[in-house]
Amino acid sequence: MTMKREDMFLEDRHPAVLRGESLSVSYESRRVFKGLDLSIPEGQITVIVGPNACGKSSLLRTLSRLLVPEQGQVLLRDREIHRYGSREVARILGLLPQSSSAPAGICVADLVARGRFPHQTLLRQWTAADEQAVAQAMQATGVHSLADATLEELSGGQRQRVWLAMLLAQETPVMLLDEPTTWLDICHQLEVLELCRRLNREQGRTLVMVLHDLNQAARYADYLVAMKAGEIVAAGAPERILTAELVERVFSIRARIETDPVTGCPWVLPIASVGRMDDGRFLKE
Amino acid sequence: MTGRTLRRRRSPGTGYGLLAAGGGLLLLMLVSLGVGARGLPVAVILDAFLAFDPGISDHLLVRELRFPRTLVAVLVGGALGVAGVIMQAVTRNPLADPGLLGINAGAALAIVAGIALGGVSGMAGQFTLGCVGAGLASVGVYLLGGLRQGINPVRVVLAGAAVTVMLMALAQILIINSQDPVFDQFRHWAVGSLQGRGRPLLLPLWLLVLAGMVLAGYLARALDLMALGGDLGRALGLRPRLVWLLAAVAIVLLAGAATAAAGPISFVGLAAPHLARGLAGPDHHRLLPCTALLAALLTLFADILGRLVIHPGEVGVGIMVALIGGPFFIAMARRRRLLHL
Repeated sequence: MTMKREDMFLEDRHPAVLRGESLSVSYESRRVFKGLDLSIPEGQITVIVGPNACGKSSLLRTLSRLLVPEQGQVLLRDREIHRYGSREVARILGLLPQSSSAPAGICVADLVARGRFPHQTLLRQWTAADEQAVAQAMQATGVHSLADATLEELSGGQRQRVWLAMLLAQETPVMLLDEPTTWLDICHQLEVLELCRRLNREQGRTLVMVLHDLNQAARYADYLVAMKAGEIVAAGAPERILTAELVERVFSIRARIETDPVTGCPWVLPIASVGRMDDGRFLKE
Repeated sequence: MTGRTLRRRRSPGTGYGLLAAGGGLLLLMLVSLGVGARGLPVAVILDAFLAFDPGISDHLLVRELRFPRTLVAVLVGGALGVAGVIMQAVTRNPLADPGLLGINAGAALAIVAGIALGGVSGMAGQFTLGCVGAGLASVGVYLLGGLRQGINPVRVVLAGAAVTVMLMALAQILIINSQDPVFDQFRHWAVGSLQGRGRPLLLPLWLLVLAGMVLAGYLARALDLMALGGDLGRALGLRPRLVWLLAAVAIVLLAGAATAAAGPISFVGLAAPHLARGLAGPDHHRLLPCTALLAALLTLFADILGRLVIHPGEVGVGIMVALIGGPFFIAMARRRRLLHL
């Protein structure tokens, strides 16, 4: 119940750019989520946290119309997402999947350039705008000097930043990122998160990220969504919802919530795990 | 920074490689005009075009037989290569070749049936039957592959293998139960040969291949995205089902026409894309023309060699391609692992 009120509270200031309404998704016989509602506030950074296999990635894939829900609908700018043309969606909404594969031997600049696909047509193949978007994306992610390198030559962290550059080159006002900090060392993690914040603060882009690190989530989220076993347990500003009870309920760990002395954000100090993780989904139906 | 500085990147070697391949192809085309049961000097070949005299049989030989045959070899090779690139891109399988859509088997069955049941004997008739058979077989593979339920390249490949086996079995039933002349005609087609394939085929072959190439060019960027995997491709606005459908049409146009014209030539569609990738990289805008060039080169080279090895007899181009290409491909695969897609 508190969640609903929180949603409305946030929506007063930030209308939902992307909204899932009573979404139900399952793989084969495994129910991923049922009747799930979520609104993504425009111009904010939304971070989704939750234990493994709680449905975070499936939620992102559903919101980006890669998964078609059995029930419910996804609204992008108040219009059913499947009523848009596929390139039309791709000019508004971009996705960085958890892992991607690239053809062997491809160089960084060529890969990033593939992010311009939704902006190109048969007659408008490659323009100055494409050129500029690709150059800016590589600059912003610090891979500009690697433009000629092939992907195989890069480290995991560099590769991740190349994928991110590709997403940036897509120039979408809404960006969904599935664990953008995996593969990165702590320095590059912060760099990516700072970049995301800049994209949001300076260009007003809406971001939705799945993150594993609770403290990073608390620090960078305007709107935090905690999921467990296919349900949204709590959603709202981190300082409002991040409590020891919530952390225990969602992650099955005992934790203390302090105040981050640097930023004033909530600061999660894990203490111990509480019993085995039970994801409960199989028991339900 | 202006123009295409970022996009059109290539190593300096690429340009020279392409130039060499293009020059090589022109040179081979000239050689192809001169080589055969009856060898001709360059002067006669040039005269045949510049100072044509219908009274000189050598001039007729060049213009009516060798020139069309050379063009057919180039078209067939280029078509098979491009079809191979498309097949490998949509299935994301580096070992895919156009035959996987059931094209060879479909063409074979249609031609055998035409010869045995309908008494079709002309080159044009066989060509038409081959095209129709290839098209029908690939539609069958496409439907059996369950594209209505979504895209699964593995399922399509399996369906293709199954359809191929079935159609070949049917063709063999027909062959075994017919008179010797039927078998004799079919056998010439089945080894892949360009002997006597010329004039009457040139225009329809050219049109079908042109249509296929245009479609392939249109698909180039979509094929780039197919390589990124399902999620990312679709997130970027790709419609995989539509791409699959158009790709299948292009493959049928290209490989179907090539197979109907010259018989099943394996290997070109498999190997030429790999050779081209080493030269042009994975971007299809460069890969497609580069593959077409190398595949044409390979096919024409095999055809010329086939005319020389048991001179004045001939070995079919399909056999020669396999004989030259096999060891070459193994060497390539051993030297560096096959590029994954």
